Amino acid sequence: MATLVSLEAWLKVWTYKSTFLLGFLTTLETALFAVLLSLCLGLLFGLMSTSGKTALQAVARVYVEFIQNTPLLLQICFLYYAMSFSGHSLSIIASGIISIGVYHGAYMSEVIRAGIQSIPRGQFEAAHSQGFSYLATMYYIILPQSIKIILPPMVNQVVNLIKNTSCLYIIGGSDLISITYSFVTGANTGGAHGPAYLVSGVMFFIICFPLSMLASTWENNLKKRERLTFKKEPAVKAEDLS
Amino acid sequence: MIKLEHINKFFGDLHVLKDVNLHVKEGEKMVIVGPSGSGKSTTVRCMNYLEVPTSGKVIIDGEEMNARNHIKLVRRTTSMVFQQFNLYPHLDVMRNLTLAPIKLHGVSPKEAEETARHYLNVVGLADKAHVYPTTLSGGQQQRIAIARALCAKTKIILFDEPTSALDPETIQEVLDVMVKLAEESNITMVIVTHEMGFARQVADRIVFMEDGMIIEEGTPDHFFNNPSNERVQQFLGKILRH
Repeated sequence: MATLVSLEAWLKVWTYKSTFLLGFLTTLETALFAVLLSLCLGLLFGLMSTSGKTALQAVARVYVEFIQNTPLLLQICFLYYAMSFSGHSLSIIASGIISIGVYHGAYMSEVIRAGIQSIPRGQFEAAHSQGFSYLATMYYIILPQSIKIILPPMVNQVVNLIKNTSCLYIIGGSDLISITYSFVTGANTGGAHGPAYLVSGVMFFIICFPLSMLASTWENNLKKRERLTFKKEPAVKAEDLS
Repeated sequence: MIKLEHINKFFGDLHVLKDVNLHVKEGEKMVIVGPSGSGKSTTVRCMNYLEVPTSGKVIIDGEEMNARNHIKLVRRTTSMVFQQFNLYPHLDVMRNLTLAPIKLHGVSPKEAEETARHYLNVVGLADKAHVYPTTLSGGQQQRIAIARALCAKTKIILFDEPTSALDPETIQEVLDVMVKLAEESNITMVIVTHEMGFARQVADRIVFMEDGMIIEEGTPDHFFNNPSNERVQQFLGKILRH
């Protein structure tokens, strides 16, 4: 911890600021694509698990349980090394995007499933009675209603996903955590542990904290709105909220 | 228009419909009455595939309903009014009324809105086009739900206990709309209700169900004045005493 007050250590970090920035960008890039992948998978498997079709539900269940009950690190290693040993080498960053996306896709799928299941049965029945197909029911009627329930936990998943890009370290990635580790153990740059990890942490914080705040603000608004609906506020107010 | 042939329905071990046969003619206003748990709602819900009969045939407008054709057949032929209204809370009244016509029936938005305004007039809520359903009273919501059913311009409207969830003082406004509909339109109406005065007023035929079976059917005059069945006499004795 002595390095925290050492000017020399801080200067060393400052000199290598572009390295940190590069790692930061790699982390963001990985996270962005992994988020997109996890959203697609989450939507697909979330819809499958509420489809009422036994086969589809079973597939979704196996995916979710298998992914949620094995470590992400193992999944990354498995994908990266299994691919390279079988001759289809996958870049480190692609392995990261795929495995992190697939991992969080399982959680997203559960978030979406819970959101869909929170909508009263009557809504599905009304849609059915009008002749909406399953997908049209979801698109026009159910998802627009469940989105406010889904969003807060979904953003929390995005925050977890960003932090989990640090798992790229295990396959030698160039994300922020890996870069920081190489920096503090490097022959020329070693020794500035305190400042380096602090800077790295602040960079994560800058991205994750606003997202967490956004999620909790949404959640609080949702709770407030529920109280309003429950109390049957005057017409004008309820309309303003909608 | 609607034919039920030898319908049996089980919920697990519970035998809720026992060889139900029913033929609703085009334009007929049929009222189904009976004690709770007698299978009235299940019978009506079989007519639009909200319940799938365990055995037997449902024939709507000459076409037998099955797993493959039910979405299109229901879309083309039937609408439903529910006990709990089941309006879409995320859409305003106008969009509740125009969603299915625009998305499912290929009606232009302009035409759909004109139709919607016409039926809002019919149910006496022309001024509520742009409010959200949750800001309306139960009676108003149910009248909007009736307008929504009318907007699909189907030949059949099914009513599943449309006044059972309403405050006593709003029941009459909903019944008035339904009476008007029964008297002035050629729509085939199948109505499950406990409102005996209303049944007597609008029904061409009254069907009495108990324990999953139809045990009496006839004109209101026959039903109320000389029911042949002892169970019907008991039922009416309980209901009409006060």
